[in-house]
Amino acid sequence: MMIPPALEAKADEYIGHYPPDRKRSAVLPLLHLLQHEFRFISDEAVEWVAQKLGIAKIDVLGVVTFYPGFRQTAPGKYHVRVCRTLSCAMAGSHQLMESLCAEADIDRSHADHHHPIAVSADGTFSIEFAECLASCGSGPVCMVEDDFYEKVDPTVEGARSLLNSYRHR
Amino acid sequence: MSIHYKPGKEPHPREHRLIFKNIDRADWDNGIDCYLRDGGYAMLQKAIGMEKAAITGEVKASGLRGRGGAGFPTGVKWGFISPTNTKPVYLICNADESEPGTFKDRYILHQDPHQLIEGMAIAALAVGAKVAYIYIREEFPHAATICEKAIEEARQRGFLGKNILGKEGFDLEIFVHRGAGAYICGEETGLIESLEGKRPYPRIKPPYFPAALGLYMCPTIVNNVESLCHVVHILRMGGAEYAKLGKPNNTGTRILCVSGDVQKPGYYEIQVGHLTMGEVINDLCGGLKPGRTLKAIIPGGSSSKILKAGETYKIKRGAEVVEMGLEELPMDFDTMAAAGTMAGSGGVIIMDDSRDIAWVLNNLNTFYAHESCGQCTPCREGSLWMKKISDRIVAGQASPEDVTTLESVAYQIDGKTICAFGEACSWPTEAIISKFRDELTSHTRPELADTPKNPVTEKAMASL
Repeated sequence: MMIPPALEAKADEYIGHYPPDRKRSAVLPLLHLLQHEFRFISDEAVEWVAQKLGIAKIDVLGVVTFYPGFRQTAPGKYHVRVCRTLSCAMAGSHQLMESLCAEADIDRSHADHHHPIAVSADGTFSIEFAECLASCGSGPVCMVEDDFYEKVDPTVEGARSLLNSYRHR
Repeated sequence: MSIHYKPGKEPHPREHRLIFKNIDRADWDNGIDCYLRDGGYAMLQKAIGMEKAAITGEVKASGLRGRGGAGFPTGVKWGFISPTNTKPVYLICNADESEPGTFKDRYILHQDPHQLIEGMAIAALAVGAKVAYIYIREEFPHAATICEKAIEEARQRGFLGKNILGKEGFDLEIFVHRGAGAYICGEETGLIESLEGKRPYPRIKPPYFPAALGLYMCPTIVNNVESLCHVVHILRMGGAEYAKLGKPNNTGTRILCVSGDVQKPGYYEIQVGHLTMGEVINDLCGGLKPGRTLKAIIPGGSSSKILKAGETYKIKRGAEVVEMGLEELPMDFDTMAAAGTMAGSGGVIIMDDSRDIAWVLNNLNTFYAHESCGQCTPCREGSLWMKKISDRIVAGQASPEDVTTLESVAYQIDGKTICAFGEACSWPTEAIISKFRDELTSHTRPELADTPKNPVTEKAMASL
């Protein structure tokens, strides 16, 4: 794992946001940097954060495994999160999930609480249900990478049009 | 000064916009120049000329109750910092907005970050904090960038940094800290643990009241985004004048987030208690969908107890007690409490007669099973049991006894956990069973009484 100098500089900047004897506070910011760079949190990434912050690897790993926002396996090139919670579900999020899976060729049958992410056969897309994305008045909503979409058309045509805007980049 | 809004985004005439004044304005952007043109940071200037205690005094006089969910008086919270304290004091803005049904802070963070920063600077001055954090949920990546940019702008103009606006000794740095997708980080002590770089297991109170033993075991004030924004308006109007908005003990405005089965879901800022539930549905939100009737309302985020159409409530009005139907209830803290639920975070979820209550319950139980932090046994185990039982009910694989078991599990979580998540996860189940027992039971099959029920089938798992 090669850490780009810009990432290390950003990591040092984040560490500076907390008191010098409280470097551990920077564990979330550092993990975000690494996941953004490498797409998921590897064992090496955990080791790097632990060394950087002077804490035990298990303390970093414990954080990684707790938060749904961190992945330990590679997602697709574009990772999709569909809001599953009540208001979006009432607005059609389950249909949206089915349409996206059909359109992206994703088999979600093995997804469960511990392995929420399913990847498409060609690796272009991955998908998971997310809990409440806090846009309940404009459901169904989803995120593709960091991009947010509201009032998404939950049909296969809607899913195709959304995914095509990434396919053709 | 006139305010123009984007087409289709005009506030409803019955709204009273303070916090959301700039949301969806046509001539508005989230940069500092725009905020300054609008009179921004004048209240920070005003606060600098005031005694710390006087700022807290105005907030106390305003009667502002926290907008994050618990409704605790903000000024009283600030007053909990011990006057003899010698440790650093921290201010944390809780921008983890994650209570299902709630979507107000999102718009403040994206469209009006300087209103929040001004509110935070005033709050920091009042409580003596020199470092503050905005804990933003991970799912708001753009909001985090926007807030970081706004902080940098504010610092360049001298509203943050050292000796702010020339006031000797008034130093403040604000940092953005991103969460990572865990609902429990909205609980203030869980948030603090998360900010310390640990798993966000909430702390037990007492002794870990944040105002005494908070971040790094130092006195800490945790306020919701909307609450901190109100501080700016309280200073502008004066606490006493602000308290004339809304109604006694339920002062000011608040943002209702309406979702579900109405024609025009969305955000509406109203004077607390000035509109009834029926007016919210029919006036603000354009009514139910054609041909539908009201079935139930979750009035204050998914954790608040459900209210059922046709119920009546005994509500105090002045000296007398009157009986009110669901649609007659004024939307305020005390009325919601008297109706056996809570105003919570302002997330109102409307359900019409097309909704299957077992499906609704299962959706919520799945959320709570996913989000339990796992620290306390009743919640860690119980939330998953509640999900599994409601999976079976939805899948038609439950027996009538399962409804009773589900209810007993809920009551064995409620009140038996370190933090309020125990109540948050059990109240929806308790209320839905007590009010819709027959409907839930209609999904069950008596002949399944003696059959083993786990594991749940593939069909039930598919609802994950």
